Amino acid sequence: MLRTEQDVLRQDIVALADRLGRGRESLLPILQEVQRKYCTISDYAMQIIADELRIHPVEVYGVVTFYSFLDFRPKGRFVIRLCRTISCDMKEKNRVARQLENDLGIKFGQTTPDGKFTLEWANCIGMCDQGPAMLINEQVFTNVTPEGVHEILEGCRRVFGVHALERGGARR
Amino acid sequence: MKMRRSSKMNTLMGPLTFDDAKPEAGLRKSLELEPDDVLELMTESNLKGRGGAGFPTGAKWRLAAGADDEDKYVVCNADEGEPGTFKDRVLLAEYLDLVVEGMTIGAWAIGARHGVIYLRGEYSYLRSHLEAVLKRRREDNLLGCNIMGRLDFDFDVEVMMGAGAYVCGEETALIESMEGQRGEPRSRPPYPVTKGYLGHPTIINNVETFAWAACIIDRGAEWFREHGTQHSSGLKIFSVSGDCARPGVYEFPLGVTVEDVLREVGAPEAKAVQIGGAAGFTLPRSQFGRQIAYEDVPTGGSIIIFGKDRDMLKVAKNFLEFFADESCGQCTPCREGNRKLLEGIEMLERGECSMHYLRELCALGETMRLASKCGLGQTSPNPFLNTVEFFKDELIGRIDKTETD
Ligand SMILES: Cc1cc2nc3c(=O)[nH]c(=O)nc-3n(C[C@H](O)[C@H](O)[C@H](O)COP(=O)(O)O)c2cc1C
Ligand code: SF4
Ligand code: FES
Repeated sequence: MLRTEQDVLRQDIVALADRLGRGRESLLPILQEVQRKYCTISDYAMQIIADELRIHPVEVYGVVTFYSFLDFRPKGRFVIRLCRTISCDMKEKNRVARQLENDLGIKFGQTTPDGKFTLEWANCIGMCDQGPAMLINEQVFTNVTPEGVHEILEGCRRVFGVHALERGGARR
Repeated sequence: MKMRRSSKMNTLMGPLTFDDAKPEAGLRKSLELEPDDVLELMTESNLKGRGGAGFPTGAKWRLAAGADDEDKYVVCNADEGEPGTFKDRVLLAEYLDLVVEGMTIGAWAIGARHGVIYLRGEYSYLRSHLEAVLKRRREDNLLGCNIMGRLDFDFDVEVMMGAGAYVCGEETALIESMEGQRGEPRSRPPYPVTKGYLGHPTIINNVETFAWAACIIDRGAEWFREHGTQHSSGLKIFSVSGDCARPGVYEFPLGVTVEDVLREVGAPEAKAVQIGGAAGFTLPRSQFGRQIAYEDVPTGGSIIIFGKDRDMLKVAKNFLEFFADESCGQCTPCREGNRKLLEGIEMLERGECSMHYLRELCALGETMRLASKCGLGQTSPNPFLNTVEFFKDELIGRIDKTETD
């Protein structure tokens, strides 16, 4: 039987609601799972989640737009969040930022055209004694140097090399 | 004076008091006591919340214990988002058993069956560690049903994840977030101790507060009060970053002077210190004799050091960018005020701000302190006002860099 992308998404969300519950307090955990797997929370996903939890889609939208780790715009497979707060700022985070932009060919707030990387600012991520610090998805990198950026990005790219198909599968 | 330090993500360079804690000694002792006696001990110790606000922990627990409800909650605030704070991360990574032990003691004291650790999204990498420790504690009968064989004590803890919003560290916003809402602070009263998570009495404490609670029950209130000052008892964990030779996590007794801290961390040339995070105090050299304590300069533990060549206007700008970004936008003084202050700083930066307008900005800051709904807006003007107070000479009549280049 042919399953459309929307069918897959719907079944995924129903399964999540089965596992995490359908109370209001399950909303954030469900959204976090959808964000992780699909790198975005689409209008359609918000509608399905709202249906499952029996709340208005606007409620879901309100929550998605509040939290900076949730987004209805498509994000890259790897979301790079460089800390811009004071301690990292004093450790020359701007040079790391510049090099990230150079190596990825995008500016902060943008996603690479191939959908692999999103570059964002983060507020203090709790690594102030080891700045400049950044998160790539859930992994933390500390004492990042401009020269070190290339190797870190290569590490991410290698993931595409090995698992490109299964990793990308959810999105396309 | 006891001063120990640790550094590097998960390797401690020196021991903290927490290293000497005997596993589960506090929990074992508290289960031999009546909940009321545990509350009494906590009150006697004079432990105040380590998350910043400094509310007496014993009093908070007592209020929740007195609330009449079958369902009560113990929440560990692991949302650590204050700029320059990272000690909770180290405690969660290295001393999690002690933290959960403290939560369990709290549960016994107030009569709660459910616990939640609210972990900030930025610390997702710690989640599996948290889950593993909780699982082991369940297997060891330290969580779950009939804890340590007591037929009348069930308590379990789950982990909930934040999703990148600083304001969710504020306790009522944290509850909103746990309930699946936007993390917008509530009006108080009612306080969480009477009406918290899902409407039930809830104690919310900082990660470090729970760890101290466990130590206090084991070693006694007297031991704790031997450290610190009369109003600020005990030891405190600090996160030190910025321009110093040895950034990292330190333990000092409360009442320690700024000078002493600077000497220990290697910052003889410091020009200013930010204590208590972005919303805290910016102190110039002339104030380095002051004490870090609830009655003088309070702090949740963040100490950021600025070396002699730092531009204090840039520092204030960085803090205001933080607040303008993190304000939940619910009330006008905070939402608009932070933006206005930031614009003002940009004018100062370009050398375009009249003294008259600077005074108006300060008046705006005072209004924000009074009229904002939660602690974020009430304290966010602090760095600006402090910078104007102590570093005015750096702010006035600046030459725009682009003009001279
Ligand atoms: C904007 C804002 C952010 C806060 N962030 C935190 C936080 O990250 N961690 C924390 O323990 N307390 C934070 N607090 C303080 C909490 O509201 C609350 O007072 C604290 O968790 C109580 O625990 P304690 O008494 O053990 O300190 C914050 C308060 C405000 C106003
Ligand atoms: S003071 Fe700021 S963060 Fe607090 S409720 Fe008002 S707008 Fe939201
Ligand atoms: S200032 Fe960058 S991690 Fe705290």
